[in-house]
Amino acid sequence: MLRIVLAEDSVLLREGLVGIMERFGHQVLAGVGTADELIAAVAEHDPDIVVTDVRMPPGFSDEGLRAALRLREKNHRMPILVLSQYVQRAYAEELLDSSDGTHVGYLLKERVGNVEEFVEALQRVAAGATVVDPEVVRQLLRHRRDPLAKLTPREQEVLALMAEGQSNASVAASLHVSEGTVSKHFGSILTKLDLSLSDATNRRVLAVLAYLRG
Amino acid sequence: MHSPSLWQALHQRRYLRSGWPWRCALYFLTSVPLGAALLACLLVLALAGSLLTVVLVGVPLLLTLVLAGLPVAHVERRRLRLIDPAVPLADAHQDPPRTGPAAWLRTRLQERSTWRELGYALLFGCLLWPLEAAVIGTVLGVSGGLISTPLVMATAGGGEEARVIKLWLVHSYPAAFAVALAGLLLLPLLAYPLGLLAVGRAQLTRLLLDVSPPQDDLRVRELSRSRMRLVTAFEAERRRIERDLHDGAQQRLVSLSMRLGLARLDAREEPLAGLLAQAHGEAQAALVELRELIQGIHPRVLTDRGLAAAIEDIADRSPVPVDLDLDLPHRFLEAVESAVYFAVCEALANVAKHSRATRATVDARVDQGQLVVRVRDNGVGGADEADGTGLEGVADRISVLGGHLLVSSPSGGPTVFRLLVPCTPAPDRRLDAPPAR
Repeated sequence: MLRIVLAEDSVLLREGLVGIMERFGHQVLAGVGTADELIAAVAEHDPDIVVTDVRMPPGFSDEGLRAALRLREKNHRMPILVLSQYVQRAYAEELLDSSDGTHVGYLLKERVGNVEEFVEALQRVAAGATVVDPEVVRQLLRHRRDPLAKLTPREQEVLALMAEGQSNASVAASLHVSEGTVSKHFGSILTKLDLSLSDATNRRVLAVLAYLRG
Repeated sequence: MHSPSLWQALHQRRYLRSGWPWRCALYFLTSVPLGAALLACLLVLALAGSLLTVVLVGVPLLLTLVLAGLPVAHVERRRLRLIDPAVPLADAHQDPPRTGPAAWLRTRLQERSTWRELGYALLFGCLLWPLEAAVIGTVLGVSGGLISTPLVMATAGGGEEARVIKLWLVHSYPAAFAVALAGLLLLPLLAYPLGLLAVGRAQLTRLLLDVSPPQDDLRVRELSRSRMRLVTAFEAERRRIERDLHDGAQQRLVSLSMRLGLARLDAREEPLAGLLAQAHGEAQAALVELRELIQGIHPRVLTDRGLAAAIEDIADRSPVPVDLDLDLPHRFLEAVESAVYFAVCEALANVAKHSRATRATVDARVDQGQLVVRVRDNGVGGADEADGTGLEGVADRISVLGGHLLVSSPSGGPTVFRLLVPCTPAPDRRLDAPPAR
C-alpha cells in the first residue's frame, strides 16, 4: 500500500484519481488544489509518493511542476509522478534533471484512463524507477541525433518501452519476442550508447537519460 | 534645429573650461583629411568612370560614385556626435524587401536619402572641407604663430629677431614674450567663433543628412494602432480558447476515460467488456485529438517557458530533422513571442511540405535591439512569398510588430527565411518565471 499526496485542482479529476488509487488499495493522505497546499501537505504527511498536475493555481501555468522540483531539492529521493496535459520535453527534462533522475515519472493525463497501467507506473516510481510517457519518448526518438541514430528501429522500440519503465518480460510480451531477444537488444543498445555493462547503477535509467539529454 | 548642448554651452562662462572647444577643434581637424580623401576618391571615380564608360567597365564605377554618399554619411553621422551628441542621427535607409545585391541596389537607388547623401558628399568634398581647413588653420596658425615667437627667436632668429606670423618683426625677448602672451589670450577668444561655426556646421549636416521618414499622417497612425489592437485581441482570444478547452472539455474527457477504465475493471465479461473497451478507445482517441488541437491553438510551453523552449518543441515535432542554435537571453512581449513562434511553425511546415529538404536549421538571437530568427533548409528552393496564404499571414503578423519577413529561395535551393522583429525585453518576464495568468 502506498501513502499518497495528490495535487490536482480540478475536483472532478481529483475525485477520479482518488477513486482509482483507493480501488487498488492505496491510501490518499491528502488531495490538494494548489502548489502551496501541496508543499504543506507533503511536510505534514511525509508520503510514499507525490502525484501532481503541472498546471495549478494561482498562476495556472506550471506551478505543480515547480512545486515538484522544490520537493525534490529538499528530498532527493522523494518519488514524484507528474501528470501533464501536454507532451513537453522541457518539463520532462527538468524533472529528470532533478537529483539523479530516479523516483520520478512524467505521464500524460490521458494515460490515467488505462487504470492498471497507471497504477503500475505509480508503484514503479515509488520503488525508484524512472517513468517517461511513451508519447514523449516517441517524440524524442523520432529524430534524435547521435548516438541514437546508431540504434536500429527495433532497438529504439525496445529502448522506448524500457523508458516507460517496463521490465524485460513485459517488453518481450509487447513486442512478441522472447526475453532472451530483449536482453540481447538491450546489450547492443548499451554498447552503442557507450554505457558500461559493469555499471552497478540502474543502467536502464542511464540509457533513458542518455537520449533525453541528447 | 540647432544643436542645443553646444549652443547652450556657448552662453555659459564655463564654455572655455569645458571640452567643447576641443571637440570643435577635433571635428574640424578630422574634417580636413577626410574631405581631402573624399575629394580624391570622387575625382578618381568620376574621371575613371567617364573615361571607361566606353568599355562598360566605367558603369559600375559611376554607380559606385552615385553610392559614395552612403559610407560618407555613415562616417559623418558618427562624427557629428563630437559637436552634436544630443540626438544621434539615425540611418534612414530602408531594409530591402529581399536579400541579395540586386534588391539592395534597387532599394538604395529609389530612396531619397541616397541622393541627399550623395549631395552631402559632393558638398563636403568640394566646398566644406577647404573652408574648414581655412578656419582651423587660422585658429591654430595665428595663435600657434604668436605663442611660438620666443621659440622661433631662440632657434631660427638666433636670438636676434623673429617674424611674427610672417607680418612683422620683433627684436627683443620681452617683445617676443609679449606676443606669445597675446597669443595665449587670443586662444580663448578664438574658441568662441570656432564654437559658433561648429554649431552652424552641425545644423547644416543635420539639415542634409537627417532624412527622417515623412511623418505618418493621423489616419495611417490610427490604422496601425487599430491593427495592433486587433492582433492583440486575436492573441488573447486564442489563449482564452486554449484555456477553456483545457479547463472544460479536456478535463471532462480525462474524467470520462478514468471512469471507463474503472468500469472495465468491474466488467470483464463479454459483450460488455468489448463495448467498454471500444468506448474507452474512442475517449482516448478524442483526448489525443483534443491535445493536438489545443497545441495548435496556443502552445502552453510558449507562455510558461518562452520562445526558445517553444521552438525546441516544434523542432521535436517536425518530420524533417531540425538543428537549433538559439541564443535568447530574455523573454519578449507576448505578441512578439507568439508571432515569431507561429512564423517558425509555418516555415518548418513549409520545409516539411514543399522543400524536399533532409535537414533544417533554426537560429535565433538578439542583435542590436532586433530579434533575428532564421530558418534554413537544404531543399530545392522555389518558395514564393506571394504564393500561399501561410507566408502572407506570417508577413502580416510580423509587420504589425514593425518587423520584416525576408524569404530567399532561389530555384535549386536553399530556402532561407529571415525574421527581423524589433524587440525590447519584457522586464517582468524572466526566463525562469512564468507570468501570471
